[in-house]
Amino acid sequence: MAKRIDVSDLDIFYGNFKAVEGVNVSIEPRSVTALIGPSGCGKSTFLRSLNRMHEVIPGARVEGKVVIDGQDLYGSDVDPVDVRRQIGMVFQRPNPFPTMSIYDNVVAGVRLNSKKMKKNDLDDLVESSLRGANLWNEVKDRLDRPGSGLSGGQQQRLCIARAIAVQPEVLLMDEPCSALDPISTLAIEDLMTELKDRFTIVIVTHNMQQAARVSEQTGFFNLNGVGQPGRLIEFNPTEKIFSNPDQKATEDYISGRFG
Amino acid sequence: MTSLDTKPRKADKPARAVRSAGDRTFAGLSTGAGILILVVLAGVAAFLIAESLDAISAPAAEVPGGEGVWSYVGPLVFGTLLAAVIALLVATPLGVAIALFITYYAPKRIAATLGYLIDLLAAIPSVVYGFWGLAALAPSLVPFYAWAERNLGFLPFFAGPASVTGRTMLTAGLVLAIMILPIISAISREVFSQAPALHREAALALGATRWEMIKMAVLPYGKSGVIGGAMLGLGRALGETLAVAIVLSVSGGITFDLISSSNPSTIAANIALQFPESSGLDVSTLIFTGLVLFVITLAVNMLARYVVNRRADFSGAN
Amino acid sequence: MSTATPVRPEAPEPLAPAVRQRRGLPRFGGTAVFAAGLALAAVLTAASGWSWGLFAVLGIVLGCLVTYVVSRVVEGRRKATDRLVTALVSSAFAVAMVPLVSLIYTVVSNGVGRLDGTFFSNSMVGVVGEGGGAYHAIMGTLIITALAAVISVPVGLLAAIYLVEYGKGRLKKVLTFFVDVMTGIPSIVAGLFAYALFAIFFGPGIRFGLGGAVALSVLMIPVVVRSSEEVLKLVPNELREASYALGVSKWRTILKVVVPTAIAGLGTSVTLAIARVIGETAPLLVIVGITAATNFDPFDGRMATLPVYAYYQLTQPGVPPEFGIERAWTAALVLIIIVMALNVVARLISRFFAPKTGR
Repeated sequence: MAKRIDVSDLDIFYGNFKAVEGVNVSIEPRSVTALIGPSGCGKSTFLRSLNRMHEVIPGARVEGKVVIDGQDLYGSDVDPVDVRRQIGMVFQRPNPFPTMSIYDNVVAGVRLNSKKMKKNDLDDLVESSLRGANLWNEVKDRLDRPGSGLSGGQQQRLCIARAIAVQPEVLLMDEPCSALDPISTLAIEDLMTELKDRFTIVIVTHNMQQAARVSEQTGFFNLNGVGQPGRLIEFNPTEKIFSNPDQKATEDYISGRFG
Repeated sequence: MTSLDTKPRKADKPARAVRSAGDRTFAGLSTGAGILILVVLAGVAAFLIAESLDAISAPAAEVPGGEGVWSYVGPLVFGTLLAAVIALLVATPLGVAIALFITYYAPKRIAATLGYLIDLLAAIPSVVYGFWGLAALAPSLVPFYAWAERNLGFLPFFAGPASVTGRTMLTAGLVLAIMILPIISAISREVFSQAPALHREAALALGATRWEMIKMAVLPYGKSGVIGGAMLGLGRALGETLAVAIVLSVSGGITFDLISSSNPSTIAANIALQFPESSGLDVSTLIFTGLVLFVITLAVNMLARYVVNRRADFSGAN
Repeated sequence: MSTATPVRPEAPEPLAPAVRQRRGLPRFGGTAVFAAGLALAAVLTAASGWSWGLFAVLGIVLGCLVTYVVSRVVEGRRKATDRLVTALVSSAFAVAMVPLVSLIYTVVSNGVGRLDGTFFSNSMVGVVGEGGGAYHAIMGTLIITALAAVISVPVGLLAAIYLVEYGKGRLKKVLTFFVDVMTGIPSIVAGLFAYALFAIFFGPGIRFGLGGAVALSVLMIPVVVRSSEEVLKLVPNELREASYALGVSKWRTILKVVVPTAIAGLGTSVTLAIARVIGETAPLLVIVGITAATNFDPFDGRMATLPVYAYYQLTQPGVPPEFGIERAWTAALVLIIIVMALNVVARLISRFFAPKTGR
């Protein structure tokens, strides 16, 4: 399932404003890659460009290449909707659909795409997805209850279950724990370690300990000043980044000297 | 903003065009609905013009009144403006005061209910306002008109002779005032409640009384909103039909006397009264007056929206 | 909050120091003082022959005056101005309630007499004087309003969806502006438009129900667009993003996520839009006309509608006039009841169908 992502010379624009410049990176399959950096440095924008979610914002566009398993995501004949089916996403704040039950939330990706599935298969999908998100035991008796009735951490795991139910190859996570308490955060981090056997995971985080705990590779984004585009300063194995980074800026940031 | 301006791309990304058939259909449908609305608005103007051409080009003597469409519509425009201005003068201060009361004076628990009561005024059909104006308001104003004629008769507005039925321009204006009150108060309420809490609290922290806080932090902020709201109310008052048609006792002509029983009619009321019995050139003339009303209200509304929207740009709420 | 602290920063004020210690009226002092002024007004009005109008005017003037004077003496100028404004804005609200109460009282007391079975089951065919009803007018109103809703709701909703989900650039700006402007079109002009439109195809003197529905649609569409737009904007962007991230196309996201989430608000706004046009008289007077008989066919011939019926029963009541006038009031009462009921329904919709947010 999991696939490799190759990004080359990627520039991202909002209108005429260049938000991210010259990213070249290769993201390994079956691993967790963390993106860190100060606020506004473009790491979330970069993450969203990996499944073309940034196009939701009017005027956003990219130049360069994002290739997943040999297929250019920005090729002229590629429908962004198909891209997002392969590359799932989990957001900063848990966002279950308020009109749907827990069950319906999990199968939302299937239902909303009007795929026909037998009731049994749907049930199986719900169970396996919820198990995959470590949520099954907590909600198996109330699958027909609204998803918005769960706690924040449970909602976030529900959103992860919803994302993996579509069976994507890559899972993007945009600060998935920033709205959660430490215990829920721990649950999500454990989950990531389990999920990386099946998915390529890219996570944006402000929490450097989190990056150090969960990721194999870490990318550091930074920008030179306000109004300047963000750049990928360093991309290295997590251990190296946190012990002996190549770049001075990375070291400054990690040791808390700025940012 | 100030980043290096790489050449703005001419050919928009071809990838953007890749959309499923369902997406294209639905986008097309909703865009079509939007365009249809604009077409309808243009159609209103076009069809009114088409149907009033007969009256405009007809010899003056054949038009009702015998002096051409412009002299026919003149007194009606005057009556329309007079009634609407009375309504505006009464309703604006009242509406602003009510908005202040609901946003900053009434207890928070019941403020929403009180606002709903004011909104109820907007829900009542205009024909019912006409009934009420004729049966309740007009008779109760008769003593006041008699008093005003005796004591204020030196003013042209109260020259008299005072109407004994109360079906005067002032009564009509007051009914209109009540009808536009909810519009003005609703918009004022909205802008007042959006006045930045920071400024309000800063004023209170300086030891200002509630009124001083409102004067410092709310009214300056809400001014253009109130003006816009008042103009929307004006637009409504200009076009209001049945209430005026029922309440006002009409004789034509131009007069500033607000309390007599001989009054100019308004465009809308005149159409309502004349149209059902008219045919041929009369209909065309009435449609022409409708066109005039349309142009006037369109102008007022566009101006009002311009003022309100400018405020929205300022507030930075978006 | 700060009444206990003696060191309040105050603007310099001439008579401040002497009364600083225990300034201020007791808790309901302001109300009491205003009531005293009101009582004074009552006495004066009674002395010169009782009249509610005089009492109201005098009451507000004296109430405000007494409040100001007392507060000025006891509390100083700034507090007095504050109390005066409080009295004024409260009075303004009270003044606005007078017509509402008076109107409802007048309509109910005049209209309740004929609120009987005959009124709802009979038309006006062959009725001279007593009896008769508004069955035909009620049916006409329902048919024409329903037709107007059938035209307006899809167009209005789609246009709102365009504005919120697809709109960009010039067209969006122009449409937003002109929809706002369109809400201000006088209703009689909408009627004239429908007449002018159909007169070109069917010749002068045309009167039929569909024309009325078209005229009402011109009034209703902008209302539906504006309120639906507000409702759709309230749907959090996060939900759209969640759906896109699942690989759901935009139109399915709109139809299956955005609209269901907003369905309560949309129901409310459509109901309020119907309430708004169901009492419209002027356009129907122009394009639909009036008839004494029941006509269920909106594509052919005049139809009676409740507001127009009320208008004609009042202005052309027949001989003797009292029966027609009675029917007119009852029609007005029924109209108010329908409009109020729609308003209540709108509120119930938004209460019961709102999505359960557990946050």
